[in-house]
Amino acid sequence: MNLDLRLPMGLMFTIFGVLLTGFGIVSGPEIYARSLGINVNLWWGLALLAFGLAMLLLAFRASRAGSPTPDR
Amino acid sequence: MHQIQLGGIDYAILIVYFAFVLGIGFVLRRHVKSSEDFFLSGRSIPTWIAGLAFLSANLGAQEVIGMAASGAKYGMMTSHFYWVGAIPAMVFVGIFMMPFYYGSRARSVPEYLRLRFDEKTRGFNAITFAVMTVLSSGISMYALAKLLELVLGWNFHTSVILSAVIVLVYIFFGGLTSAIYNEVLQFFLIVLGFLPLVLLGLKDVGGWSGLTAQLEPVATGAGYAAGAWSDSWRHLGSADANPMGVEWFGMAMGLGFVLSFGYWCTDFLVVQRAMAAESMLAARRTPLLAAIPKMLFPMLVIVPGMIAIALHQGRGGLLPLGADGNPNYNLAMPVLLAHYLPSGLLGLGLTALMASFMSGMAGNVTAFNAVWTYDIYQSYIRPNQTDRHYLRMGHAATVFGIALSVGAAYATTRFNNIMDMLQLVFAFVNAPLFATFLLGMFWRRTTGHGAFYGLLLGTLAAAAHHGLTLPHGAVAGLKGGFLGAVLHTYPSEMAQNFWTAIMAWSACFLATIGISLATPRLKTDDELRGLVYALTPRQSDHGLTWYQRPATLGAVVLGLTLVLNILFW
Repeated sequence: MNLDLRLPMGLMFTIFGVLLTGFGIVSGPEIYARSLGINVNLWWGLALLAFGLAMLLLAFRASRAGSPTPDR
Repeated sequence: MHQIQLGGIDYAILIVYFAFVLGIGFVLRRHVKSSEDFFLSGRSIPTWIAGLAFLSANLGAQEVIGMAASGAKYGMMTSHFYWVGAIPAMVFVGIFMMPFYYGSRARSVPEYLRLRFDEKTRGFNAITFAVMTVLSSGISMYALAKLLELVLGWNFHTSVILSAVIVLVYIFFGGLTSAIYNEVLQFFLIVLGFLPLVLLGLKDVGGWSGLTAQLEPVATGAGYAAGAWSDSWRHLGSADANPMGVEWFGMAMGLGFVLSFGYWCTDFLVVQRAMAAESMLAARRTPLLAAIPKMLFPMLVIVPGMIAIALHQGRGGLLPLGADGNPNYNLAMPVLLAHYLPSGLLGLGLTALMASFMSGMAGNVTAFNAVWTYDIYQSYIRPNQTDRHYLRMGHAATVFGIALSVGAAYATTRFNNIMDMLQLVFAFVNAPLFATFLLGMFWRRTTGHGAFYGLLLGTLAAAAHHGLTLPHGAVAGLKGGFLGAVLHTYPSEMAQNFWTAIMAWSACFLATIGISLATPRLKTDDELRGLVYALTPRQSDHGLTWYQRPATLGAVVLGLTLVLNILFW
């Protein structure tokens, strides 16, 4: 199978991370009353961004090493 | 109920997700050249992907909505679906059953039954299984559309058509590989989408100890001991001491042994994921790898239900009431999403919810495809056609499988807890089947006649038991008692289902032994090689380090599960 799943997965979560982090920065504090006053968009957005980038990194490293799957 | 307004950011997340799901299907269409590619991914899926798909295919409506609903309705006892049911069963599949499934090169569970027993046993299983997958996927679709209608005010018919079309497109192009890849994507989305909800909810109620304290009035208000909603084993001494209405024997035997082993060991929907693995070792490790995250799922799906009922009790009517005056438990998860998540994460949470429905639906449709094409069409309708012909049939089966599911979606409206209905279907079909498999795999004397008539009697026993009993407070009909007389009334639907399963399994087990002894054995030892335990060479795991060996992995998984059971005793 020559599609490394980590590539689309990493890309999708990176996009989610950017969207949520960006929204967390621009959105006002009033919408966070229900999430106990925590700007969850910002923090969880950063977490998703880190996850997405880690997946992408793994995928690129694997494609450079020439083996498309991590575990055999 | 109060409907949620979605913002632009929520729609953006939803649209990005749909784009990726469809994109994966589209990219993978180049890889589908033969029917084996379409139905079994050309047996080339690496362990970690197969393992997560194995987990995720089962992560449909049943898991997310049903488990949260049960968490609210029955409390921590719901964890038995995982720590008594699923995990031990998954270890058993990986260690004992995969060598037969993968080693026999059968392309489906019904095909294994033909190799081991005979044509009629395969036909019976293929047809009941096909019906069951269509039903399950219909339930998934119904639940999704109903939710979106209630929570977002979306049109029911639009949601049904939209979800059906998306699943149709990605399976049509990429077959099982596309379904599996998307299931892994959905797995991560579900975990990462629901985790912030659980963390916020737990922080709000004051952690696990706060939750336990707030569940006490729920339990005492319903007339049980204070810990009935937060302990898993302590109140299983008798059926009237807990909200599920089961005692330890019904729980361990009905849910743990019969229903869970029946589901995980014989249901082609999950087994298909392991059959698609790239090697025997990968296939054996697939369920074991899946068991590790599965162990932690109660936190993700049951705890939100418990938080919802605690808030409902303590802060006044969080859950809307159903027609019978009880809270509508099926709404526990979506209501909690709306309660805690602001625009942004709400979009992610709803996307995760949709992902879970789609992975459940896609799992059913891909399993239906393979069983219809290989075990019904190729066997009874048009044998001896070219591989291209069957590949085209697989595409067609995807279309009408989904069309039938849409029909089933409209037929599903009568149960207040989806889980109960699914358990009912499993009790009829899977519970007796597990007896057939146990005997077939471990006793070479089991004959085709024994298997077939045993299975038939087991299913009839399930129907008879269901038809002669009723859950407390129900009227005769779909919920039981349809044979006229009601001999016994169970405290809950769950208890009735567990006992239906026990009856079905026992009837099938005894009948299969009896009939096998009375009928001549037709298959020689040679024909049964690779199909029966005693006649199959042991898998050699020499040269693997300890954590790579299925047996040690299985032992570690079981040990951890035992610890969880004791922690939440």
